[in-house]
Amino acid sequence: MTRIAAAVLAFLLTVAGLAHATETRTGRVPVPGVKIEKGGACVAPTEEMRRNHMKMLFHQRDKTVRQGMREPRFSLKGCVECHAGRDTGSVLGKEGFCSSCHAYASVKIDCFECHSSVRQAKSAGVQQ
Amino acid sequence: MSTGRREFLAWTAAAAAGAALTPVINLVELAQARSPGEAASALRRWGLLIDITKCADCDDCVTACHGENGVTGNGRPETDPQWIRKVSLRDKRTSVVQTLPLMCQHCEDPPCVDVCPTGASFKRDDGIVLVDKHTCIGCRYCVMACPYGARSFIHEAVSGQKPDVPRGKGTVESCTLCVHRVDRGDAPACVEACNRDGGKAMLFGDLNDPSAEIHRRLRSGPSTQVRADLALNTGVRYQGL
Repeated sequence: MTRIAAAVLAFLLTVAGLAHATETRTGRVPVPGVKIEKGGACVAPTEEMRRNHMKMLFHQRDKTVRQGMREPRFSLKGCVECHAGRDTGSVLGKEGFCSSCHAYASVKIDCFECHSSVRQAKSAGVQQ
Repeated sequence: MSTGRREFLAWTAAAAAGAALTPVINLVELAQARSPGEAASALRRWGLLIDITKCADCDDCVTACHGENGVTGNGRPETDPQWIRKVSLRDKRTSVVQTLPLMCQHCEDPPCVDVCPTGASFKRDDGIVLVDKHTCIGCRYCVMACPYGARSFIHEAVSGQKPDVPRGKGTVESCTLCVHRVDRGDAPACVEACNRDGGKAMLFGDLNDPSAEIHRRLRSGPSTQVRADLALNTGVRYQGL
């Protein structure tokens, strides 16, 4: 009996965990529904990325444009390669990795007015 | 002579030969692509040499450039961006027609850099003249300052940009000497296309490197700068003009 109860409890916890992962509201605080398609390690811990990704991009962009240093680690192209949605191949759109969170935070991004928002392989496929 | 002494002499000779070879090895290293973490070096100056006598009656360089950089027009020639164009020169007396590709000449003293109010128009250490679109405000002073008409303003919204070539409405752009290709050790798209499909008129290389083919060709025969009277010391040189 105890074993069955444990199994039921484990099942409920798992379901709750899954629900939590896709939930856009935890308690009273709404959170953005960021869809992470590709698991694994980012270039820095999640907390640091959330706070400082814009600083990393700013720092890198000047080095790349002005000095031609194209280190892949903090490149915007690298971000897009990893974070583009599986279906759309883009970081923009309703469930896009960048746009969903920026829409939630009401912070306008103008990176993609000029930069390509689609994964390279995908864009090449579309154009050819 | 003992064996020991003979060995010692052999080692000394080898060491001397090694020391003599070292500068050569350094030159070879210079000719290779930089690592991604290494800044562009002022020891180099990238340039083009275009032999007009070989320039065929085609526009492969233009097609390749606009394909590589995702430069597309909207069917409005007055305002459509243009990174490279074919220019025809006709001698009025003899009616001889020559064609040549004209693009940003990557001047050593670029007028576009002088007039830019935000510092967006700049020359990279290796001589490539670029626009930092992050700081470009689209004032178009550089468009007016450039004696070669090499710069274009993007009038309309752009989509489908190439990942390596960001382009956007409200900024100025021009030939980048395919900087993204140069940084990975390739030649610009126009040069590659000209040598593959065209008249093999274009040559890309380091103007500062005495072992480079472009350096050798410039040394061995006369070459011209377009509007040499302006003393801009262009990185793009022409032969047979």
